Amino acid sequence: MAFDAIRDGTPSAREAGLGALKRLTAPLIVLLVLGLLLWWLSTLTLDSIEQRTLNWDYIIARTREHLGLTIVASFLVAVLAIPTGILLSRTTSRPIRATVLGIANIGQATPAVGVIILLAIIWRTGYTTALVALVAYSFLPVLRNTMIGLQQVDESVRESAKGMGMTPNQVLLKIELPLAVPVILAGLRTSLVFTVGVATIATFINAGGLGDMIVNGLKLQRYPVLITGAVLVACIALIIDWIAGLAEDKLRPRGT
Amino acid sequence: MPKQANTAILQISRNTSGARIVLDTVTKTYPGQPTPAVEAFSMTAEPGELIMFVGPSGCGKTTTMKMINRIIEPTSGSITIDGRDILSLDPNELRRHIGYVIQQIGLFPHMTIAENIAVVPKLLGWSKEKTKERIDELLTTVELNPAEFANRYPKQLSGGQQQRVGVARALAADPPVMLMDEPFGATDPITREKLQAEFLRLQESMGKTIIFVTHDFDEAVRLGDRIAVLSDRSQIEQFDTPANILAAPANEYVASFIGRGAAIKRLVLIPITEAKLGSVSASPGGPITVSLNDSLRDALDALVLTGLPALTVLDRNQKPIGSITVDAISAVLGADIPTLAAPPLGHIDPTTAGA
Repeated sequence: MAFDAIRDGTPSAREAGLGALKRLTAPLIVLLVLGLLLWWLSTLTLDSIEQRTLNWDYIIARTREHLGLTIVASFLVAVLAIPTGILLSRTTSRPIRATVLGIANIGQATPAVGVIILLAIIWRTGYTTALVALVAYSFLPVLRNTMIGLQQVDESVRESAKGMGMTPNQVLLKIELPLAVPVILAGLRTSLVFTVGVATIATFINAGGLGDMIVNGLKLQRYPVLITGAVLVACIALIIDWIAGLAEDKLRPRGT
Repeated sequence: MPKQANTAILQISRNTSGARIVLDTVTKTYPGQPTPAVEAFSMTAEPGELIMFVGPSGCGKTTTMKMINRIIEPTSGSITIDGRDILSLDPNELRRHIGYVIQQIGLFPHMTIAENIAVVPKLLGWSKEKTKERIDELLTTVELNPAEFANRYPKQLSGGQQQRVGVARALAADPPVMLMDEPFGATDPITREKLQAEFLRLQESMGKTIIFVTHDFDEAVRLGDRIAVLSDRSQIEQFDTPANILAAPANEYVASFIGRGAAIKRLVLIPITEAKLGSVSASPGGPITVSLNDSLRDALDALVLTGLPALTVLDRNQKPIGSITVDAISAVLGADIPTLAAPPLGHIDPTTAGA
């Protein structure tokens, strides 16, 4: 399921019966894993250090921070990267488009830890820095998919729209953008899942999130803490990917 | 469905609905290319005329056509439709009044068939009721049941059906001019023949001025009122009726484009009524007959198929009214080409049949 996020917006197979089952797989796995985690924790006797983190208040607070970072960053990315992608795809200059796409591809290969820590060194630590780093990091897949989504619209479709007397803006709004929606959403989905994972690094620059649990568990050698943090991040990633998948199916233009 | 031989006369009677298109020394040169893609192209298309541009790939025929709706802007020269210089009009407004059909059809996959057809009416600000009425009318015209097809998506239609929708969409606002770029090129031979026949029937009643690009000479003969045979840089090698081009190709190039079997191709254009029919008793009868509506080519085909010396010709009520022989068919061809030597009186000689 998680691999779906990395693919490039190719429409997923939507066989009716199998589709319903597939759609339920991710939440079922998440529920099962969370159930197992709770059961396992309940069999342990926690020491005082573990008790300080493995309680509902602490976990909920960290999860809230984590989700907050992820969602705000993804929202900013959507608002910034999609319009930029549209503008860039409007330029007739091939070199500009090729350069931006090239940078977008390289950007995705840059390690996130490097980005976040460099930014903290040259700027400051805390939530805002983490947010900026996350936006910078997941900006690229959305930008790239917006440009590719617009580019992959069949040339004959574009030509017949033009030939029927649509203005360039009408072609963009009525033809190109609706047809690019699946690819743009796939980009957003990729960036959302990225962000959930990368947001764990925010702990290094004191911006909270579930990364706190993972790092503390590791440093203090309290493996139940570490594992709870890691499992929660994975489950959030799975659930967000699942929700994004549902949105993709819902928003995909009919007939395609 | 045979094409009438006397299309030129028919046209005059349907001059009303189409527009006159005049291209005057139109040239298109792409930057960085030494030779123009289209050089000094001049042509007049009369109202209601179906003009075929025929030529090999890359000869500039499509470029020439696309300059008429300014998908491609000419470098120099002038194009007028009904006397109006199109280069002075707003290109988007202009295109809304020119039907445009391309080979890849280019239906909008995210819109239903009805929405696809409604695009230009919407751009022109038609009312919902008028648009809806027009959609039903057009779908009926292209023989797709509106109740069944209006709300489907293009993906749910076969290639032939999609192409019909393409034609219906181009006709939506009843434009006087249609540009068609190999519209039937991507369909299988059987579908293509069917679409061609329907298209001819449609054009009989609409009388649009149509520029139709194809590389298939047989299609040009079948559909065109006049054919422009084009060579490199969209140079007009010959511009005449199909019958005249087949009977007297202007030069080697045109002759090579016609290919072998010019006589057979001409037979497509001639209805059986043109032949002098023999008496009913002259044919041995049998299960295979030809109808008055068929072309001489159909008759010849049936004669070759059966190996009989003569076939019975039936009228519209399926009553035998005469018989037809190979001699009678070649006699028609002979009479049609006064410039050629007297027609052979005996059976057709295979060595001269293609002359």
